[in-house]
Amino acid sequence: MNPYDVPELHPALLRGLTQRRISRRDFLRYTGAGIGVGSILAACGVSGTAKPASTASAVDFAKIYGNGATAGTLNFANWEDYIDVDSKGRSPTLLQFTKETGIKVNYKTVINDNDPFLAKIIPVLQAGQDTGYDLIVITNGGPVERMVRLGYLTPLDHKYLSNWETNADPKTKNPNYDPGNKYTAVWQSGFTGIAYNSKVVKTPPTSFKDLLNPAYKGRVGMFGNNQDMPCPALVSMGFDVDKATPAQWQQAADMVKKARDDGIIRSFYDQSYINALENGDTVITQAWSGDVFIASASKDFGGDGFPELKWAFPQEGAVYWHDNMCIPLHAQHPVDAITYMNYAYRPDVAAKMADFIWYVTPVPSAKDIVLNQLKDPTVGNSPLVFPTTEDLASVHPYKVFKSPEEEDKWNSVWQPVYSS
Amino acid sequence: MAVATRPLPVEAPPNVPTHRPRRRWGGWILPTYSGLVMFYLVLPILVMILYGFNNSGPKRVSFRWLGFSLYGYTHLFAKPDLTAALKNSLFIASVSTIIATILGMLIALALVRYRFRGRTVTDFVMFLNISAPEIVLGASLLSLFVTFGVPRGLLTIVIAHVMFNIAYVAVTVRARLAGFDRSLEEAAQDLGANPWTTFRRVTLPLIFPGVLAGALLAFALSIDDFVITNFNAGTTQTFPLWVYGAVKVGIPPQVFVMGTLIFMGGVLIAILNVLAQRRRA
Amino acid sequence: MEQRVATRVQLVRKPRTRLGKRLAPYLLVFPGGVWLLIFFLIPILFMASVSLQTGTLESGFRLTWHFGRYVEVFRQYRPQFLRSFAFGAIATGATLVIAYPLAYWIAFHGGRHKTTFLLLLLLPFFVSFVIRTLAWQFILSDQGIVLGTLKSWHVLPRSFHILATRTAVVSGIAYNFLPFMALPLYVALERVDRRVVEAAQDLYASKAKVFTKVIFPLSIPGVFAGILLTFVPAVGDYVNAAILGGTNTTMIGNIIQLEFLQNFHYPVAAALSFILMFILLLGIFAYARLLGTRSIQEYV
Repeated sequence: MNPYDVPELHPALLRGLTQRRISRRDFLRYTGAGIGVGSILAACGVSGTAKPASTASAVDFAKIYGNGATAGTLNFANWEDYIDVDSKGRSPTLLQFTKETGIKVNYKTVINDNDPFLAKIIPVLQAGQDTGYDLIVITNGGPVERMVRLGYLTPLDHKYLSNWETNADPKTKNPNYDPGNKYTAVWQSGFTGIAYNSKVVKTPPTSFKDLLNPAYKGRVGMFGNNQDMPCPALVSMGFDVDKATPAQWQQAADMVKKARDDGIIRSFYDQSYINALENGDTVITQAWSGDVFIASASKDFGGDGFPELKWAFPQEGAVYWHDNMCIPLHAQHPVDAITYMNYAYRPDVAAKMADFIWYVTPVPSAKDIVLNQLKDPTVGNSPLVFPTTEDLASVHPYKVFKSPEEEDKWNSVWQPVYSS
Repeated sequence: MAVATRPLPVEAPPNVPTHRPRRRWGGWILPTYSGLVMFYLVLPILVMILYGFNNSGPKRVSFRWLGFSLYGYTHLFAKPDLTAALKNSLFIASVSTIIATILGMLIALALVRYRFRGRTVTDFVMFLNISAPEIVLGASLLSLFVTFGVPRGLLTIVIAHVMFNIAYVAVTVRARLAGFDRSLEEAAQDLGANPWTTFRRVTLPLIFPGVLAGALLAFALSIDDFVITNFNAGTTQTFPLWVYGAVKVGIPPQVFVMGTLIFMGGVLIAILNVLAQRRRA
Repeated sequence: MEQRVATRVQLVRKPRTRLGKRLAPYLLVFPGGVWLLIFFLIPILFMASVSLQTGTLESGFRLTWHFGRYVEVFRQYRPQFLRSFAFGAIATGATLVIAYPLAYWIAFHGGRHKTTFLLLLLLPFFVSFVIRTLAWQFILSDQGIVLGTLKSWHVLPRSFHILATRTAVVSGIAYNFLPFMALPLYVALERVDRRVVEAAQDLYASKAKVFTKVIFPLSIPGVFAGILLTFVPAVGDYVNAAILGGTNTTMIGNIIQLEFLQNFHYPVAAALSFILMFILLLGIFAYARLLGTRSIQEYV
């Protein structure tokens, strides 16, 4: 190998770098430079994003929605397995929507968890630009509230939402995270409970605490976000999610931490927990109610074909949440988006989706259609899709934060548990 | 001579030194070991190539071997997001390679041929660039963009890729510039050529193999890059970013197929490069 | 006579080229240098600045010279720091042990096929880093080719898993950085003057002695370069932990990514990555001190 003409580190440079002796001239030079740099840097900061929340009376709907003419395109970001699918991988209700309205739908299952998805679109919105999505689906209990507080959602003009007015479940109207439904309409609601592989776990689990069982060491899955893991943990210890004190939060967090450090929990997941369950990486895991149905449904039906996977309600009560359709700020096709939102609240459409997704539909009148027209009593009578008031009596909602400080404190207790 | 000289006390030499030592070591242990390590190095590549043929359906590649299928190859562009990400990667790699090669080549020329004031500093900066953890490079660039409110996207990715490639190109070209014969250049100038013509007609063709090697390295590094791109991409997707995003959910077979094709392309180019150099020498 | 003419011609030409020659290196370095200045060096300053700021994404960040941030951040994430150092050190040690004999063999016994072997060593780089790590996920998966087969033969219990453990993460890091250790080692061993080795043998040194007293000491600069080029990036890695890891495997790189890209706690994230940068600088100074003025870039 030819010795190439490589310079040595100049001794003077080395001396300057590694020895403390500096001449007075150097001292003056460096402090001068330092002050100069420092003052430049001091002038820099990162500017904030908060915009004052606009009051309803100040909203100019005509500016946003124009004369109600659709553009013909809809960019729809959603979670995976969250719409009806036939055996060829297409969505019958989306195809029907295109046929009826002429709007072409670009359906992208890019959302695996709220926080990473918001982390992607918030900087874009901060720069005042279009996210590329006209319609997104995000959960309450933090994400929706955050987007509302930041002012990054387009207000909804309810004159385009007649189906919603008529058919939406009154319980989903005027929720505490979006009074008056200024920005959101529920897509589906669901329960956070437990899923398990019946071939390995012989006795069906009955509580969140079953996930801490050393018998399943290294094969337990839990959620890695700030609501789906903390709330069931608190509830299983008998605490009320909203009334518990920070000391009690810490108690519940320590309980989970112990299981984690003992090696019982394999990992903290986002929606990919279902893949871990299917792969056999986990045998018992926290789960969202509808995912398990799709995992266990046969491939002809459009599912993944794992009939051994089953769902269990915790006896202390499952956590009940709502996923919401909303239109991000600067969306390019808001009329198409709101047209779709309205379409989703048609009972026949809602029924078709409920028949596949098995999450709680916000359209109660779909039950009739599912039972009588689609002739599917399993779904029609299922409390997972059409829960009764009694079913819902024992559920717990996500934690509602009274202030951003409280949210920060809560996050500082729980984030170290799953991002250790 | 009558003087009897006592033989100098000499220790009986140990068994070994013939002129080909290490026969016991170099016998079989070392080559076998080296072979095993090489196998270990290429094992994931073999897995990638093999599982590109796994018959596990269009959605995701199964960990278990389910039979042979050409689905990934026949439906290579069936996933529009993935195809778009691949296109982005190729575009970014091409553009950033061109820019970085030019800038790096110039720096290498300066470092080899001249002794100038900032030489050691330049050396040091480039070494710092190469050895700094990618996360620091990516995060600091993001700090810059965030401070000035620059939206992250295709442009910022290209900027980032050029940034980390300049040093690699410069180091590679400089290595090849060793033994570069200045007299040819001087001859050209004696014949009246101006510096630009000298460069174009004499210097460039001579250093071309080194520049090409540097460019290939830059292209490979750019297509490959994950960490720095992750920090500076915004919502734009490149091939490694897309794959990383799909890991937890399950990757479709096209990912392994595309990886295989990129790999084959790279190997082909490297082999051609070596052959071309051998012919030239 | 001819010489006189030649020198005179030279003399006439010199003034013009002298200026051109003096400016030339600066002009050559200028474009690349400016790019590196703006997008490499200055951002590090900005990162330092951001690390001293306070605020939130919504209310904006202001420079408050909050040096206490570094202490807070180190205290808050001490487990991840220590873990990253430990993983990095173990992985670096492993690569050193694995790569040294290989580099030795290629340098001393490679013969005509040296370039081919080097190419084989670099072959993994032709595949994306993410895909390489992903492939390891396949190889080590619970029901994959390796473990699945062993489990079906009842050699391993059904609940055995390598993925989602520290072993998987460290192995992944070691694999990915093996060429970074092997190449500097190879360069250093290649440089060892064969005549010195032969001289040692002529002096009846045993093979072991030749190695320990001659070859290894001469290769030490390469060893140090390899350690530097492997340890520092390994500590900052997060892809291996993300793909192959589980609970209690989070590294400081994962935290930096989380704080920067998900939580938008820019000051915390900037402070963390600045600490990483600082460790690198320490390593370089230690290298320069220990090995004198020998240049480091030879081994890059």
